[in-house]
Amino acid sequence: MINETNKNLPKSPTGIEGFDEITLGGLPKGRPTLVCGAAGCGKTLFGLEFLVRGAKQFDEPGVFMSFEETKDELVANVSSLGFDLQNLIDNKKIALDHVHIERSEIQETGEYDLEGLFIRLGYAIDSIGAKRVVLDTIESLFSGLPNQLILRAELRRLFRWLKNKGVTAIITGERGDNTLTRQGLEEYVSDCVIFLDHRVTEQTSTRRLRVVKYRGTVHGTNEYPFLIDEDGFSVLPVTSLGLNHAVSNERVLSGIDGLDKMLEGKGYYRGSTVLVSGTAGVGKTSVAAHFAEAACKRGERVLYFCFEESPNQLMRNMLSIGIDLETWQQKGLLQFQATRPTFYGLEMHLAVTHKIVNNFKPDVVIFDPINSFATSEKENEVKTMLMRIVDFLKACQVTALFTSLTSNKSILETSEVGLSSLVDTHITLRDIELSGERNRVMYVLKSRGMANSNQVREFILTENGVELREAYIGPEGVLTGSARIAQEASENAVLLIHEKDIERKKRELERKRKVTETQIAALRAGYEAEESEGIVMIEIEKDKIKRLRKDKVDMAKSRKAEIETISINNLTNNGKDTQ
Amino acid sequence: MKENSDTEVSELEMQNDFWVLRLYVAGKSPKALIALTNLKKICRDQLNDKFTIEVIDLLENPQLGADDQILALPTLVRKLPVPVRKIIGDLSNTERVLVGLDLLPQ
Repeated sequence: MINETNKNLPKSPTGIEGFDEITLGGLPKGRPTLVCGAAGCGKTLFGLEFLVRGAKQFDEPGVFMSFEETKDELVANVSSLGFDLQNLIDNKKIALDHVHIERSEIQETGEYDLEGLFIRLGYAIDSIGAKRVVLDTIESLFSGLPNQLILRAELRRLFRWLKNKGVTAIITGERGDNTLTRQGLEEYVSDCVIFLDHRVTEQTSTRRLRVVKYRGTVHGTNEYPFLIDEDGFSVLPVTSLGLNHAVSNERVLSGIDGLDKMLEGKGYYRGSTVLVSGTAGVGKTSVAAHFAEAACKRGERVLYFCFEESPNQLMRNMLSIGIDLETWQQKGLLQFQATRPTFYGLEMHLAVTHKIVNNFKPDVVIFDPINSFATSEKENEVKTMLMRIVDFLKACQVTALFTSLTSNKSILETSEVGLSSLVDTHITLRDIELSGERNRVMYVLKSRGMANSNQVREFILTENGVELREAYIGPEGVLTGSARIAQEASENAVLLIHEKDIERKKRELERKRKVTETQIAALRAGYEAEESEGIVMIEIEKDKIKRLRKDKVDMAKSRKAEIETISINNLTNNGKDTQ
Repeated sequence: MKENSDTEVSELEMQNDFWVLRLYVAGKSPKALIALTNLKKICRDQLNDKFTIEVIDLLENPQLGADDQILALPTLVRKLPVPVRKIIGDLSNTERVLVGLDLLPQ
């Protein structure tokens, strides 16, 4: 995209970190650019860095014409920013010319022009073959020269002349009351206007840069925070980052077994953003420290921003739950960055984060806690800043863990909801007050891209770190602490009763079976007695029949009757009758 | 373009009432010529030959512009007597030139 724009309008890269990105290539080549802003906003430095980087990185020598500071002052001022101006001057890469004008020394008599300035500038440009020119701050001329008409005409001529020379120029201008510059320089320099701002809100200052206009090209129009530190200027075009980071399918363990299990047993995604929110004293830092330790154990580099505790205090406290961070710090895998959030403005924090992350190249970054940035009025800015940090860290494939303090009243505070949309995994820690004690529970509010557990789990801080317990749900909600123990006990008791019941029932059955068996035996015995009696009776009857028959036969013999005609039946009947 | 009426001047004279004037111009522009003519006239009228005039053409010697902090052209610089005074313009307003040179009270 940058190359494409370059075809349309040639641009001169400034080499200033981030600035070329928002202007898609730099300042308009061969044209003047107006850099304006209030006193102390960094105009001079912007110009100087443009020249120094031009000379060093792009082999474009430059002329710095100063109307305010002397050569020596300038050299001294920028040496603190790591620029060896004197060396560049000696090597004819940069020419410095201090233009000084004292109103009291000057008497005006008749016609004149500013040809002298042109000649000096032209001489300086030609002496080193300059491609870049900075005029800082040409408005000083207005206080030095009484005739404004001549001055304005000459300024117009000057900018035309600069264009004809083909040099890329920066003209700085002091901010006016209602105009961009006090003397209306924007009238003359109309190709590109950059506005620098240095605002102080709630006692913290923030520098911001905005491209007011840039003819013939697209550019970022937002206000971008920028930073002046020992490496010079850096603009943070972080909002220009798109949502097109590479994503990783790799998972990193959280360092807490139970929590990992809630996250499909694999932990967080690498490069994702994790928010651990919760009320005061609920163990957010412990969760964060676990993650830090786990990462260090994997041999990853961890950057720990602590905004409330000093590193030593943090390490001491974490040792009490069995997390030894000091070892990792000594091994150089863990770096602490401890500053009070109020130490500098949000943008500065952002910039510092950028810088440190770029230098230390961590795999894991922890912010503990982020809400200490937020006072209610600045909530929006905080969110923007965090969004930038999140975007930035995602682009770097850094896994980030933020902790956030929420109020006791509502677990989902508004700021947190806003934040929640930024993060991939949101773990909420809660205090549950029940039957005279406070206990901690943890649940995964959301976790993008995984089938996370929806359980609310109690966790306790042991000397071996955070341990998760089975959750008990009672009529009042989750049961924790002694209520959980009571619940466990009562469940055990119920179980015991059931077991006893079963045993009792078993015994009953056994008894019944035995009774039934005895009854069966008695019946059988009775039957058997009857049966044997019956058999005896049958035998007796049979004997009777035999005897009767014998008697009959004997009687027939004695009567000499025909034996065959005697019916047994009759005999039987007769025999019975006779009995 | 150097025009010295007297190059050999004693220390005493320099300190008291000897005038060293330097006129910066850019080429032989009309303004430059007018300025030089005006200057010569004023000096002859007021300074009784106790002066030198050095004309510096910045087109020829652009590096000299920085020394006297020249911006506007033409510029007349009174190097002596101290303090240094600068008069810009073509010196057509004689009265103001005299004020500028401290020859008339302001």
